Amino acid sequence: MSTITGQPAVQPDIQAILDRYTDAGRDALIPLLQEVQETHGYLSREAIARIGEHLHLPASKIYGVATFYNQFRFLPLGRYHIQVCRGTACHVKGSLGVLDAVRQDLGLEPGKTTRDGLFSLEVVACIGACGLAPVICINGEFHANLTPQKVRRILDELREEVENEE
Amino acid sequence: MLTIEVNNRKIEAKSGEMLLDTLKRNGITVPTLCNMENLFPTGACRMCVVEVEGERALVPSCAYPVRDGMKVQTHSPRALRARKTIIELLLANHPDDCLYCVRSGHCDLQGLANELGVRERRYSGGKNEYHVDSSNPSIVRDPAKCILCGKCVRVCEEVQGVAAIDFVGRGSKTMVGTAFSEGLNVSSCINCGQCIMVCPTGALREQSYIKEVLNAIADPEKLVVVQHAPSVSVTLGEEFGLKPGADVDGMLVAALRRLGFDRVFDTSFSADLTIMEEASELAHRIRTGGKLPMMTSCSPGWIKFVEEFYPEMLDNLSTCKSPQQMMGAVIKSFFAEREGIAPDKIFSVSIMPCVAKKFEAGRPEHSRNGIPDIDAVLTTRELARVIRMRGMDLQSLTPEHADTPFGERSTAGKIFGASGGVMEAAIRTAYHLLTGDELPGLKVEAIRGFDGRKEAKLEINGTPIGVAVVSGLQNARQLLEEIRNGRDDIHFIEVMTCPGGCIAGGGQPLNANPDAIRARMQALYTIDRDEPVRTSHGNPSIQRLYAEFLGEPLGETSHHLLHTHYAKRVVMV
Repeated sequence: MSTITGQPAVQPDIQAILDRYTDAGRDALIPLLQEVQETHGYLSREAIARIGEHLHLPASKIYGVATFYNQFRFLPLGRYHIQVCRGTACHVKGSLGVLDAVRQDLGLEPGKTTRDGLFSLEVVACIGACGLAPVICINGEFHANLTPQKVRRILDELREEVENEE
Repeated sequence: MLTIEVNNRKIEAKSGEMLLDTLKRNGITVPTLCNMENLFPTGACRMCVVEVEGERALVPSCAYPVRDGMKVQTHSPRALRARKTIIELLLANHPDDCLYCVRSGHCDLQGLANELGVRERRYSGGKNEYHVDSSNPSIVRDPAKCILCGKCVRVCEEVQGVAAIDFVGRGSKTMVGTAFSEGLNVSSCINCGQCIMVCPTGALREQSYIKEVLNAIADPEKLVVVQHAPSVSVTLGEEFGLKPGADVDGMLVAALRRLGFDRVFDTSFSADLTIMEEASELAHRIRTGGKLPMMTSCSPGWIKFVEEFYPEMLDNLSTCKSPQQMMGAVIKSFFAEREGIAPDKIFSVSIMPCVAKKFEAGRPEHSRNGIPDIDAVLTTRELARVIRMRGMDLQSLTPEHADTPFGERSTAGKIFGASGGVMEAAIRTAYHLLTGDELPGLKVEAIRGFDGRKEAKLEINGTPIGVAVVSGLQNARQLLEEIRNGRDDIHFIEVMTCPGGCIAGGGQPLNANPDAIRARMQALYTIDRDEPVRTSHGNPSIQRLYAEFLGEPLGETSHHLLHTHYAKRVVMV
């Protein structure tokens, strides 16, 4: 049912994923969304439209399901993808302050990406590094025992890194 | 039949039905904020909880099947306390600014707060912050007033087959929204406004153009003309305490004059005009092997639905503009010329049972030289508000007649307001065009009434003609799927977006029950039965307009002014 007609050709990898779900019903929605996000890093409009067409579901419904879960995002990942752990141990050790520092420094809400495409922010429940609490993970690299000051410094360093490249 | 005991009295119940339905049929009122007639219960709001003997907890009666011999207490202190608490919790995240709310007086939340005796703000704390979505020309959404009952979501998906909205997010952050939380204007919303009709609060309302209209009336430079749709005269009375189905046509005209409109025209006249063109188009398509089945084009929600969901069937749509737009076109051409007024000095208003008409009036197809044919659309509800604002008592007004040259109608134009009416009017005229005679009895019984789908087989001049009438776009979708799959015995389809037709449109008086809507339909057919001019081609004003200005149906002038075409529309569906 979902189509964005008149849009450029389908990204081939979406088709490849959809092909593995022939005759799938609505129960295939979440695995499909997960696979697409894994491949693309996020759920684009086109992806949602194509999945809707494939499963005969309206786009509003798919968006509704996807927004129910924290794991789905609707913007491409930034060059630096920041995962802030808000698990119990990190919370006790002050991860809320760390998260607020990132939010304020980048002007970014969880799930969003900065306009220059440099940073994206995600809140995760627990990344299994409680001994390092409060911890964040940037592009797979862990930063331990953070404070708001420390995390601001890390963000500044990343910005410098990019500036030096230019 | 089962027997159950409710509040210590025995009542009869039907096997398999839900307790709430039994209670309602027996005149026992249990409140609900989310239950919808003819749709499966969701049990979302919990307002209908009752005590059932043997059950530990309160049960939602909307989703509790009746059992023989069960004992129920509907208004026990425990049930009442639970209901009151629900309302208090809903109010904790509600603006409770009823004085400023357009829904005040028609709001279920307000009504229940009052009935249950909520007199203090028991729960206080942070409220969610929301943005009003006023992007759509027909419908305004204010999520702050939404109680998440889900009725709009369900009517959009299950009745209209559109599903422009759904629940977005989770927990206390849940809200109703479109795909990617975009404005309603760029969504697949077809602007029908059925969501407004089912909304228990002021979270959904029509986009109002009252100010624009009042300003135009106050402007001495403008000639302000108004037209009123066929169904408005049989529904407006409800806003002023008359019983449903009372026809206030003459009082409506009188009220419009007192409001300061310079000319009052009747959209039923241009409905006759639509029939002249549409019946001719049908006869032409049948004679020349044109695209069939032909589908009516007067319901603007339906038009947008075809543009979005069935673009390959756009050629099946009649090229006729809707009655509103035909009237708009002849006002700013024939009428403007006749009166010697420049079209841009005319402010053309229509009173409609519909919020999609507001969108239709703004379509680029319906402007000529940058001047829109219709400048503003008010719903029946908005007109009632203006009449009240001016302190008029509708019932005490002496009935008056609409103005020439567009004030005289046949009853064929009048029955446009009911599902099946356009079809019947078109058949009367098509029969005349194809045979030269009048349709015996001038009546097609099979396509009257409230069924979502009605079909009939006719024979005109030996040619079998299949007709179908649907209302509610989920019904339309099913029919279109049958046609897509090869069904070819239908030549002409009438589609009304709203279930039952314009009498139940998104701009009509709120809180109407099925009996009221039935009475509105009956009123239109009573008018049709009792008046002498019952065919569009028999309307002398229509004959005069063709003789003096248009020439003949489907002629060159008609083609320019009264016909249009639509294109595929790209939205997230």
